[in-house]
Amino acid sequence: MSSRRDKVVSVQDLTLRFGERTLWEDLSFELDSGEFLAVLGPNGTGKTSLLRILLGVLKPNSGRVEVQGRPPKCCAAIGYIPQQRIFDRDLSLRARDLVRLGLDGHKWGVSTLSRARQERIDLALAEVGASDYAEAGIGRLSGGEQQRLRVAQALVSDPAVLLADEPLLSLDLSYQRVITELLDARRRQHGTPILFVTHDINPILPLVDRVLYLAPGRWAIGTADEVLTTETLSSLYETEVDVLRVRGRVVVVGTPEDHNVHHVHEHH
Amino acid sequence: MFTQLLAQHFVHTALLAGAIVAVISGAIGIFVVMRGASFAVHAISELGFTGAAAALVAGIDPVIGMIGGSLSIGFVLGILSLRGRERDSAIGAVLAFGLGLGVLLLSLYQGYATEATNLLFGSIVGVSDSQLRNLAIVALIVLAGLAVAFRPLLFSSIDPEVAESRGVPLRTLSIVIFLLIALTTAEAIQVVGVLLVLTLVITPAAAAQRLTGRPGMALLLSVAIALVSTEGGILLSLEKPWPTSFFIATISFSAYLIARVIDATRPATAREPRRKRTEPEQALQASSPDLTEGAQ
Repeated sequence: MSSRRDKVVSVQDLTLRFGERTLWEDLSFELDSGEFLAVLGPNGTGKTSLLRILLGVLKPNSGRVEVQGRPPKCCAAIGYIPQQRIFDRDLSLRARDLVRLGLDGHKWGVSTLSRARQERIDLALAEVGASDYAEAGIGRLSGGEQQRLRVAQALVSDPAVLLADEPLLSLDLSYQRVITELLDARRRQHGTPILFVTHDINPILPLVDRVLYLAPGRWAIGTADEVLTTETLSSLYETEVDVLRVRGRVVVVGTPEDHNVHHVHEHH
Repeated sequence: MFTQLLAQHFVHTALLAGAIVAVISGAIGIFVVMRGASFAVHAISELGFTGAAAALVAGIDPVIGMIGGSLSIGFVLGILSLRGRERDSAIGAVLAFGLGLGVLLLSLYQGYATEATNLLFGSIVGVSDSQLRNLAIVALIVLAGLAVAFRPLLFSSIDPEVAESRGVPLRTLSIVIFLLIALTTAEAIQVVGVLLVLTLVITPAAAAQRLTGRPGMALLLSVAIALVSTEGGILLSLEKPWPTSFFIATISFSAYLIARVIDATRPATAREPRRKRTEPEQALQASSPDLTEGAQ
């Protein structure tokens, strides 16, 4: 579908500071159509902040971000899968309502759902295999089922790019695979590039085209084989870091904060 | 005697006022429950009391003071848009001080006893025609606000991160919803009093949430429960001269209990997911213990 290698996302000379602390300086990269970029790095290096800049809800100190050649100002076709939050069990919201919010939740006024929109919601639910529980209360579904609906919610607006913030966190292996397969299918069929923030590269290692590694004050980008090496990470951290390959898995040893375990870090 | 009372003009006025307040309380309650803002409603109501007491001392209409008091605290809460424990403790501190101030103001006021009782426990039978008109105007403002902002309010209440990413202005909506809550609270105080506002703003919505998974249906059910409670309460108080607020609180609480019983005893299929297949957890895990196997 996407034979032209369009630059869907372009990030130029981005600098972000929180007070005295510089998270990154002159961060630049582009995302091609269909590309899968993993954003790795320890806590506090601005992974979520990068997503928020791309979403247009956080202003960088300097630099430019463009999605499809335009600044990401409000509802530019960006799909967003946030860090998982558990819904109240009693919440009066069906699975299909959550997906619908991704389509028209930002619109003012009241309106009934048109046939075409109804079909889009049904299709999005079917694509993630959630048709069976489309009418169920969202708070009564398992974490994995809720996360599938997050994918449907992000895709229902037919986004040009997909941003995912630790979407596999607290999911078991089988659901991790379900979610990564859904994302992979999307980028292959529609050429939607994916920017995937994660602490653990291993569940997505086979899919990743490039890795953006954010270390405190420094960053590197390249293929997994270029970035996830003893040399690159040692120079990023300015200390001796060992990158091991164990049965196809990447294990990083010796970072100031061992990032290869699942950190559940505080959001906000 | 009951039928005689029913023919009275003041009874009609009370029933109409009750209906107006019930509709907006039931509707706004859905958002209060979704945002977990019950305690904020309590605070807004008590600050409404402080405002009313201040108005009494100043010799102006206590309803004006009440609306002023609730709107100011509603605006502050909306701007701060705090979450979780931080919000609870901040609200608690402000609420306690506001109530203390209200007690002082009331003691400075000559007609202490009746006015205090009316404010705290409600006085629906005393609603005048002009008050009824004002109630209706404020209710129209609240309903219009809810209609215009329904979807973004729903989105920002239950799913703020994604809502923000879709361009929903979270802070503006936080201010809007708290101002609407404040107006509703000021209305509800006139029917059930400061101390019983939650019986119209929280209880019907909490009951409705137990009964349906659809947001729109939850809103309608909440309005219906609030309507039955208010009108039923007023009618019962005509039959037996106990406080109207008691009857209203009793009916809405009964609805809440019934909703919980219905929710607990209904067949699992009604709100639980239907699952045709086995749990994917087990199915997939059995076939592939390690999904990164073979990588690189």
